[in-house]
Amino acid sequence: MITAQTDTGSLTNQDAIYDRPFIINFEKARTAIGGYLEANTNYFVEDGVTEGFSMEMRRFNIFIFSPINRRINFISELEFEHGTEEIALEMALIDVRVSDGLNLRGGIILPQIGLVNANHDSPKWNFVERPLSSTHIIPTTLSEVGFGIHGKFFSDSRILSYDAYVVNGLQESIILNEEGRTFLQQGKSEEMFEEDNNGVPMMNVKFSLSNRKSTEVGVSYYGGIYNTYRIEGAKVEDPRSMHLTAIDFTTESKKIQLKGEVTYLMIDVPSNLVEIYGEQQYGGFIEVSYTLFEEKEGSILSALTPYTTIPSINLDLRVERVDFNLGTFKSTQTAIRDEINSITGGLSIRPDAANTVFRFNYTYQFIIDNLGNPAVRNAGIQMGFATYF
Amino acid sequence: MPKNYPARMNKKLMVLLLICSGIILFSCKKLFPPEPPGNEVLAAPMEGLTKAQLASHAAGDELFAKIYTQSEGLGPIFIQSSCEGCHVGDGKGHPFTMVTRFARLTQGTIDYMEDLGGPQVQNRALSGYVPEGVHESADFVSQRLAPLLTGLGFLAAVHDSTIINMALKMGKVNWVEPPDYFVPTADHISVAGRFVGRFGKKAKEIRIFDQVVFALKEDIGITSDFDLEDPFNHLVGNNTGDNVADPEVGKDVINNLVFYLRTLKAPERRNIDDPDVIAGEKLFADLGCINCHKPTLKTAKSDIAVLSEVEFHPFTDLLIHDMGDDLDDGFPEGSATGSEWRTPPLWGLGLAKDVQGGERYLLHDGSASTIDEVLKVHGGEAMSASAAFFSLSEEDHDKVITFLNSL
Ligand code: HEC
Ligand code: HEC
Repeated sequence: MITAQTDTGSLTNQDAIYDRPFIINFEKARTAIGGYLEANTNYFVEDGVTEGFSMEMRRFNIFIFSPINRRINFISELEFEHGTEEIALEMALIDVRVSDGLNLRGGIILPQIGLVNANHDSPKWNFVERPLSSTHIIPTTLSEVGFGIHGKFFSDSRILSYDAYVVNGLQESIILNEEGRTFLQQGKSEEMFEEDNNGVPMMNVKFSLSNRKSTEVGVSYYGGIYNTYRIEGAKVEDPRSMHLTAIDFTTESKKIQLKGEVTYLMIDVPSNLVEIYGEQQYGGFIEVSYTLFEEKEGSILSALTPYTTIPSINLDLRVERVDFNLGTFKSTQTAIRDEINSITGGLSIRPDAANTVFRFNYTYQFIIDNLGNPAVRNAGIQMGFATYF
Repeated sequence: MPKNYPARMNKKLMVLLLICSGIILFSCKKLFPPEPPGNEVLAAPMEGLTKAQLASHAAGDELFAKIYTQSEGLGPIFIQSSCEGCHVGDGKGHPFTMVTRFARLTQGTIDYMEDLGGPQVQNRALSGYVPEGVHESADFVSQRLAPLLTGLGFLAAVHDSTIINMALKMGKVNWVEPPDYFVPTADHISVAGRFVGRFGKKAKEIRIFDQVVFALKEDIGITSDFDLEDPFNHLVGNNTGDNVADPEVGKDVINNLVFYLRTLKAPERRNIDDPDVIAGEKLFADLGCINCHKPTLKTAKSDIAVLSEVEFHPFTDLLIHDMGDDLDDGFPEGSATGSEWRTPPLWGLGLAKDVQGGERYLLHDGSASTIDEVLKVHGGEAMSASAAFFSLSEEDHDKVITFLNSL
């Protein structure tokens, strides 16, 4: 049996797989493993037509965390989506702490854009689906190779935090993609983790101000040149850039929790394509959770869930909208629509405060095409749970 | 005590939740949007297809909606990236997807200017590539909006002889030269190597198949087994640029699309018992509209049982007619001249605005938004019908409109 050892003198090349710090320093047990699991059921009807009922094993994510020393932390997140259909290393980074106000970060990072991208763990949310503005405009989950700095400044009543990173950035297929519309999600590619498509990194910056209790407001930016404008060094077209901005907030009183985000994209698109691939799009959501029921330890409800800190039952409501193209048709001077309006009501049960959530959602969506024809109506019921482990 | 049974208690909660949601799911059908009535939607398969036929229809439906990307061969120059992009909901097009064709006369004969970007403009391009415009030396420009595609299988199943017979009274068959790959069947009738055209605004294409091959290339920039060259871009001097091996789609894709189009239902009518609709229909006949907009046609034998030897009501004769100066774009196709257009089927007319973004864009180029505007330019062979229409009393006029909206 191999035991952890500090005397490495007797190890040969053959022992390399065990000659690793996390084993050698086993007794310090510094690496922590965690994660979350998320599953749900779907039943949707679109204009009277349904595919029926189905179950979805959405995500199984594993976190590995290691405080390497007093100043250096390592954290990573490995995601398994839909079983093993999609496996992605969503995050793998080190943070080097210089001071509260200055930390260096590098690796595969989650850019700080809007509310959800860097705070996307399902158990934190009371709804089965992520907000549309965070998936259809902001391409959550966006992970990027990059590096930069982040930090916090404190005053008696406020905390100002900032993030600033350079990343390889999204790629050309933001347009001319299989969505047939400007869609940042389509700008992702495996290649982003290897090299930049144009040799000019994108930037990500976020500032947030919090009142030290539960109210926080953030302003964020992500953008830069997205097209592959040079091939083998030769400039084959003009560089084109995209600018994504977002404002988000969260606030909470005793019974009510409020969250929201507005995001706006501006992007250079060749003029012959702008009617199909919009140059401006926006989205936003607002979400209210009202705590119906919150129990103290030893009460009836907490008896159901004995490990609990504070079980609670919440009524949830989300209203949201995305508009994929804010342009107008040249020929008719009418507005290009291409939008989704959606409302979701729900019930969430948190038997274990922040760790586990059971969710029950009812969603009604109006999907309007670019011409503004009568909306396709889509409604559905979802049930699911998400839990950290 | 409960500390020993955490798992069971949690399960109870789950079961409760499941039951609650089960009740809501099955008791409240109202929570879900109902299917709109069949006579208010255009895009749907026809009744009476077998399961296997429905499966083929669904496969074709997917291809019809498919958005092509650069890596699948889109372009390098194109107008839209999918069929559905122009034929929204299988319906009529919108001016933003207008198709423009051009040609010139060279020593008295028509020249479609293939080495100068003809016959059709591709006004969009992959990034880093250049879109086309109408070449400055063009003499004629023809602008067209996508037509309605529903019920196409019925139109395709009409026998050539039926079309030829209708032309004995009024209108003309567009006798066209077939594409190189065309292999006639026993049902095709030809005269001096030319065949009966029936699809397209001037009935330039013989079969749905030919229209699809043409659309893939000239509208989307997709090469197929039947046309291996990407659209030629004279501004760049080549017909490559998407860097995808040709053919970009095989015969199966075309066949699937054709099957899909053949099995789209015919548009269904609304308010047929309304006395104004009934009166309007009679006026429509009396005015002579039905000389061209034939209410009833019959299909020949077909391999699809529901299309075989049945009557249907498209309000077209599939013939080309001289429509006079206002509709003359000078652009000939086959034996159709600039002023000759195929009678468009009028079925689905009442639903047009639900696929054209709330407005109506009528005529080949969408230049009319009302029936009156349409009939103002019905000249040539339609002159007398048009004149009769404008001499109707206001009441009768409105009845004709009400009837047309019921289609
Ligand atoms: C750029 C817009 C556009 C796209 C994309 C497009 N079409 Fe069309 N379609 C048209 C126009 C315009 C016509 C009329 C053509 C003519 O007048 O010759 C037409 C005609 C047709 C017709 C003949 C209908 C009739 O009643 O005569 C068929 C069939 C058809 N299209 C199928 C397709 C298929 C299949 C695709 C995809 C492969 C497609 N179209 C893509 C614009 C488009
Ligand atoms: C001589 C044949 C002929 C007669 C008679 C005729 N039409 Fe037409 N009609 C056509 C043709 C051809 C077109 C297409 C013209 C074009 O697109 O430029 C057309 C187009 C139309 C359209 C527009 C359809 C669309 O989808 O854009 C309507 C509506 C219409 N006709 C109604 C009538 C009415 C009502 C009458 C009788 C008062 C009538 N027509 C008589 C041949 C005829």
